[in-house]
Amino acid sequence: MKDQSAVLDSNLAPRDGKGSELMKRMQKGLVRLFNGHKTFDHGIYPIEHKELTAHKPIRRMPFADELVIPLQQHKGRPAIPLVKVGQEVVRGEPIAVADHFVSVPMHAPATGVIRAIGLAPTAEGPKTQAIYLKVYHAASQEVLYDLERDPERMTGQEIIEAVQDAGLVGLGGGAFPSHVKMKPAAGHVIETVLVNGCECEPYLTCDHRIMLEQTDALVRGIMMAIKATRAERAIIGVEDNKLDAVAHLRARLPKDLPISVEAVQSKYPQGAEKMLIKALLGREVPVGGLPADVGVAVFNVGTLAQMGDLLPKTRGLIERVVTVSGPAVKNPGNFLVPIGTPVRFLLEQVGLKGPVGEVILGGPMMGMAVSSLDVPVTKPVSGVVALEPEHPDLGQRQVYPCIKCGECLNACPISLNPSMLGELAVAREYESMAGEYNLDQCFECGCCAYVCPSNIPLTQYFRIAKSINRDAAARHYDARHPDPHPHHYDRHKDNKTHH
Amino acid sequence: MAKGIEIRTSPHLKRVMSVDKIMRTVVLALLPICAFSVYQFGLSALLLLTTTTAVAVLTEWFFARASGKGNTVSDWSVVITGLLLGLTLPPGFPLWMAAVAAFVGVALGKALFGGLGYNVMNPALVGRAFVQAAFPVAITTWTPAFAPGRFAELIPSTLTLPFMQPIPVADWVAGLQMDGWTGATPLAIQKFQHIELPASDVFTGMIAGSAGETSALLILICGLWLAWQRMLDIRIPLSVLAGAALMALPFWLLDPGHYPSPWFVLSSGGLMLAAWFMASDMVASPVTARGAIIYGLFIGMLTVVIRLFGGLVEGVMYAILIGNAVGPLISSWTQPRVYGATKKAKESE
Ligand code: SF4
Ligand code: SF4
Repeated sequence: MKDQSAVLDSNLAPRDGKGSELMKRMQKGLVRLFNGHKTFDHGIYPIEHKELTAHKPIRRMPFADELVIPLQQHKGRPAIPLVKVGQEVVRGEPIAVADHFVSVPMHAPATGVIRAIGLAPTAEGPKTQAIYLKVYHAASQEVLYDLERDPERMTGQEIIEAVQDAGLVGLGGGAFPSHVKMKPAAGHVIETVLVNGCECEPYLTCDHRIMLEQTDALVRGIMMAIKATRAERAIIGVEDNKLDAVAHLRARLPKDLPISVEAVQSKYPQGAEKMLIKALLGREVPVGGLPADVGVAVFNVGTLAQMGDLLPKTRGLIERVVTVSGPAVKNPGNFLVPIGTPVRFLLEQVGLKGPVGEVILGGPMMGMAVSSLDVPVTKPVSGVVALEPEHPDLGQRQVYPCIKCGECLNACPISLNPSMLGELAVAREYESMAGEYNLDQCFECGCCAYVCPSNIPLTQYFRIAKSINRDAAARHYDARHPDPHPHHYDRHKDNKTHH
Repeated sequence: MAKGIEIRTSPHLKRVMSVDKIMRTVVLALLPICAFSVYQFGLSALLLLTTTTAVAVLTEWFFARASGKGNTVSDWSVVITGLLLGLTLPPGFPLWMAAVAAFVGVALGKALFGGLGYNVMNPALVGRAFVQAAFPVAITTWTPAFAPGRFAELIPSTLTLPFMQPIPVADWVAGLQMDGWTGATPLAIQKFQHIELPASDVFTGMIAGSAGETSALLILICGLWLAWQRMLDIRIPLSVLAGAALMALPFWLLDPGHYPSPWFVLSSGGLMLAAWFMASDMVASPVTARGAIIYGLFIGMLTVVIRLFGGLVEGVMYAILIGNAVGPLISSWTQPRVYGATKKAKESE
């Protein structure tokens, strides 16, 4: 077997001597032992590397010459373009509309002209339909689509509609349309809104900066979410590696609001919805269920801050905060990036130290490596992490048979048995993986592959097994139902929550 | 800069840990125990450990080549097998028999199953069990520790020619004029004469026994160090020891003159070495957390049952082999409860 290819932590560790790293680790260990912050079962403690950008205020990224706006940047159905090739658009103008309920519109991230509508490489897939927007650099780039309104006077239903019109999706990486989460299926009551400020992926600090810098918009957004979901309260969960954000939020929160802030342990994947619910409320989302089943809706802090900012102005989502970081980056930082900016442009702006190995959209635990630097930043992209080429020595890391060490079982936040699942995957027993060993509950967090001393690419095995099972199920379904419903979108099938 | 970007799948980070590093660390933890054994028993112990390790490594190398697996010696697991096997044999064990044990252990106990990761039982114990059956006399022939001149001469039986009966050591031992030497291990003395040697002597290793089982204290320290390095699941040795102590306690309370004290049970024989370094063998123990504890308790209790009521003086080796055999079953009984699984959901499946 070939090596499973991931970058060793040591390769990325700051090179300021081993001693200080050891001290840091010991300190962390002590904090973990005694702080008593809430958490979930299992999980891992990867080196965070957040110090690269945590102190860097959000700066505006200039406009690239051309922006690429895929019509599907969210879970659900792609948006339908409103514009024609050659048409001039003003920044903030709607350029695509939502197709049914589980879909969101797109807005022009810059003033310019539509150069083309066609296929583009994206993080989601090799080729998806996208709008190519040539930016007028001379234009003022002012958003002309402003319409002041008072969110206090809006009803819950109006907020839900406004959230869809704004094109908001889960900005933590989930990309699930936010308005859908606000409207749970009949019979479900949302009692608590959980605000996800965990940001458990290594390197990423954009949510941290948002909590510090966009506090007022965040609080407005939380109140809107409470109103729209008819929840009683909201809890902001923040990992305890960001205690400054906890203190800041506590100090800035008006006392009369039903919002509280709670520190949770810094442990990956604390930012996954299910883990956050377990940590803060002690509840478990039932197998095959949704957070609404336990009375919860979870929103990322970035999403709510955008909501609080956009809705009073009736604007759409045209930019987002992105952490650009990684050992290969010269000037890492947090940037306000227009949607559609190619990754290549971002990396040119921050500068590279030398050759890059992998460029990852999102965080290194769950993010995807891009196949081309022409891939644009889309709504769910919270980070662009550039790693150095793998050291040749590390490239030969050998894959051993499973030695039954049990590390993966101790790491899996869902309490699956990745060791057994891995053996079944090798034996191609995909059905029993799903039937007896709960493969469908795996959300590809990567903890098992991260800890495995045998370097078995467990997470990748599970990804493949799930897609094989999905294909098999689809064939089965097609065979029995000659007229399938392509409009139907089932969130259960897509059990991969980002954060 | 677009040239040569790499595409891999998440997770893009990996913990710095690999199988060969774990195995090397276990070897490191075994070395002090080997050194003490050589200090106690002299040249013979040194030759014994070298022989088992060398033959184990050669056997692994041969089978890996024969099956086209490449070099599997480099994962170091076979060195552990060799050392452990050497440590469980009597110090004067004929070298040719030791070589047979190492070959059988690695060939039948490991290579036959497909090598590292696939073996059901601990290979060292398979080898040991084989020679226990094949050479019942040699395997129970003990020689005194700290014999004078142990670094200058070999125990006579060590160099027995292949396929010959071991050279009797009784005359040689008599010639040493060691006071109080009975040729029996503390376990045997306790079992057959119901005399319990002072546990402190037993604990620190100032007695007869197999090459590496005699100092419980040293083994404990090395095992704890390994657990501290997070390369050993401490639940297993602790539950083995707990199981043994719990099982021994009621009998000792009923009749202390006849049955050994839990303290003696823990510090005597191969229990310490077996608990820390053999029962804890990752490959052959259950992979689940609860399974590890059940497995440990089972081995501990079974050891005491064999010691007290079986024909054998030491039961821990067989207890572990039986534990290994039922390990997969224990694993499947103790699958972790999946997040969000309710009792109802399980039943309806
Ligand atoms: S990738 Fe799946 S199996 Fe592995 S730890 Fe995460 S949830 Fe568990
Ligand atoms: S971490 Fe790897 S080697 Fe250890 S039990 Fe899991 S799959 Fe096997």
